[in-house]
Amino acid sequence: MNRIIDKKEISESIWKMVLEAPEIARKRKAGQFIVLMTHDRGERIPLTMVDSDEAKGTVTIVFQVVGKTTRYLADMKTGDSLHAILGPLGHATEIENFGTALCVGGGVGIGVVYPISRALKEAGNRVISIIGARTKDLLILEEEMKAASDVLYVATDDGSYGIPGFVTSILKDVLDSDEKVDRVFAIGPVPMMRAVCNVTRAYDVKTIVSLNPIMVDATGMCGACRVNVGGKTKLGCVDGPEFDGHEVDFDLLMKRLRMYCDEEEKAMESYLCGCRDGK
Amino acid sequence: MPEQEPAVRVRNFLEVPLGYEAERAVLEAKRCIQCKKPTCIAGCPVDVDIPGFIQKIAEGDFSGAARKIKETNSLPAVCGRVCPQEIQCEQVCILGKKGDPVAIGRLERFVADYERAQGEVDVPECAAPTGKRVAIAGAGPAGLTAAGDLVKLGHDVTIFEGLHKAGGVLVYGIPEFRLPKAIVEAEVAYLEKMGVKIVTSAVIGRLKTIDDLFTEGYDAVFLGVGAGAPVFMNVPGENLGGIYSANEYLTRSNLMKAYLFPEYDTPVARGKNVAVIGGGNVAMDSVRTALRLGAENAYIIYRRSRAEMPARAEEIHHAEEEGVQFRYLTTPVGYEGNDDGWVTGMRCLRMELGEPDESGRRRPVPVEGSEYLIPVDMVVVAVGTTANPVIPATTPGLETNRWGYIVTDEETGETSRPGVYAGGDIVTGSATVILAMGAGKKAARAIHDYLSK
Repeated sequence: MNRIIDKKEISESIWKMVLEAPEIARKRKAGQFIVLMTHDRGERIPLTMVDSDEAKGTVTIVFQVVGKTTRYLADMKTGDSLHAILGPLGHATEIENFGTALCVGGGVGIGVVYPISRALKEAGNRVISIIGARTKDLLILEEEMKAASDVLYVATDDGSYGIPGFVTSILKDVLDSDEKVDRVFAIGPVPMMRAVCNVTRAYDVKTIVSLNPIMVDATGMCGACRVNVGGKTKLGCVDGPEFDGHEVDFDLLMKRLRMYCDEEEKAMESYLCGCRDGK
Repeated sequence: MPEQEPAVRVRNFLEVPLGYEAERAVLEAKRCIQCKKPTCIAGCPVDVDIPGFIQKIAEGDFSGAARKIKETNSLPAVCGRVCPQEIQCEQVCILGKKGDPVAIGRLERFVADYERAQGEVDVPECAAPTGKRVAIAGAGPAGLTAAGDLVKLGHDVTIFEGLHKAGGVLVYGIPEFRLPKAIVEAEVAYLEKMGVKIVTSAVIGRLKTIDDLFTEGYDAVFLGVGAGAPVFMNVPGENLGGIYSANEYLTRSNLMKAYLFPEYDTPVARGKNVAVIGGGNVAMDSVRTALRLGAENAYIIYRRSRAEMPARAEEIHHAEEEGVQFRYLTTPVGYEGNDDGWVTGMRCLRMELGEPDESGRRRPVPVEGSEYLIPVDMVVVAVGTTANPVIPATTPGLETNRWGYIVTDEETGETSRPGVYAGGDIVTGSATVILAMGAGKKAARAIHDYLSK
């Protein structure tokens, strides 16, 4: 149960992992996530599924090593079993033929936006995608995104590849062009999603973002993942993970994501110094 | 019953009451006058033969006493610790009319602990297999009880639990110092030994719907999923860092063992000035956890007075002994925070008691102009829970009331969907472990009748 079927570092510190989870694979829809525990003393972390294979009974995740749990996960070997996998959680992305859909993915968020652009294309949309990363080595899934899009733009912050600069400047250009964009999907670091929403708000194009607040049970029980959307408190796990980006209080989200910075550092330190419990 | 000293226990997570020695248990058991028409049994939601098991203790037959209890109660070590006996069996004990009632709860705990310590737990004989399959959603008190009864009747029982560990509120909610997790594990292991199958990390309504369960060949379904959704007060600043729902705070500490961080990976805030809002058992559990995690000032903020507090007398007593500061007739109206978005203060209003409300308790009314600030760096909101909508939302034809709780026949637990039964907090709203167990028991009986038709 819960075996790691395959793992691969697809760019610096970003991993793609295929997990054995036949029942989840059967139900999973684009936009949904799983919660996993690496070992019995581990924490529960949510990760969006980027793909699933019902026939093989697997789901695929893409994650970046940012703390102890993701480091631990990346260090696990093919054939190892995770302590727990729970899913599929959250609402699926609302996919329909909007006309022209624009997908923006940043960093590891490209992994999350990829299945959405694919589903949008299958639903008949003209799909324009903009993906970006800090630098060339951090860019992922370019080929896959190309296949899932009618037009693909690539940006790097440092100009080492594609168009130099942020995804938002390309976004502005597209919105200023003859393209009539009907819906935007933006997934990536919080500052990127906020910047995208600030741009699209001026053009009045509805923009869906996928939020990644801290979760514990992820089934609507604890309220750790509360976010403010349109002045109302919502739970990221059961009301989300996707929300209307123009309504999201990104400032609150940022602050809540930083709640355990000190503890995360401490956990990482004790892991790296070799005090690896349960491993 | 001997207990850990308050000054010592407030720094550890070990159990507070230490339990009876055998000699003391026998003495206590001999106080029971073995009424011809015992009132105590009627006071027990799961019909334990109380004089019967107490008689066995008096005779020194502790294993026999354990068997007696287990005829109707699969979780005696749990009930002996967390049941509010003072409003159930012990309340109606005839000896209580003139002096102290027989300490039924403590005796129950003694017997269960004795049996577990012997290492050999008797597994009762199950009826011949009926070939019927029952799926249970939720491995909490209701689900575990229903499972135990149904498996004894010969049915093939599988429990689907959403979390990664079985036990429900017994593992995520009630702290170690009140209910050691090893005890819950032993009671769950006992059910598994009887043949109950438990699938963890399986959220019914997400991984499988109720319709999926019937398609897979289950003949009946019991929903014991609890009232899992947190309730907040919707006052300004409530989403600041350091403000938890009781569910989150307790889940981090108990289920995820954050009190052992960094040995375990899940962190939890360790506030120095902690306010817990609410007057129930969950509030007492939260505030006493905060003390154990290093709080210098731990407050209970309750809008009524001590007399109206719904927590068990023993929990309030323990909290008082441990130095919890009770701020009665107080309600929060907002929070202040720092630039990092962390809570720094709680604005409160003083209340006074007015006319009785629909609950019969005097309604708290704010005193105008009484607002003041309590400096805090952590808050736990323990003002109740509500129904989680996942199952009703994915089960066509399942009737719920206007609060989202599942509507059932009170006697049988039968829902509006044939073959689907429900019990515990998802039907009644937040209540006690033993009432959920009682509901699981009733539903098990009804499911058995339904399957025997």
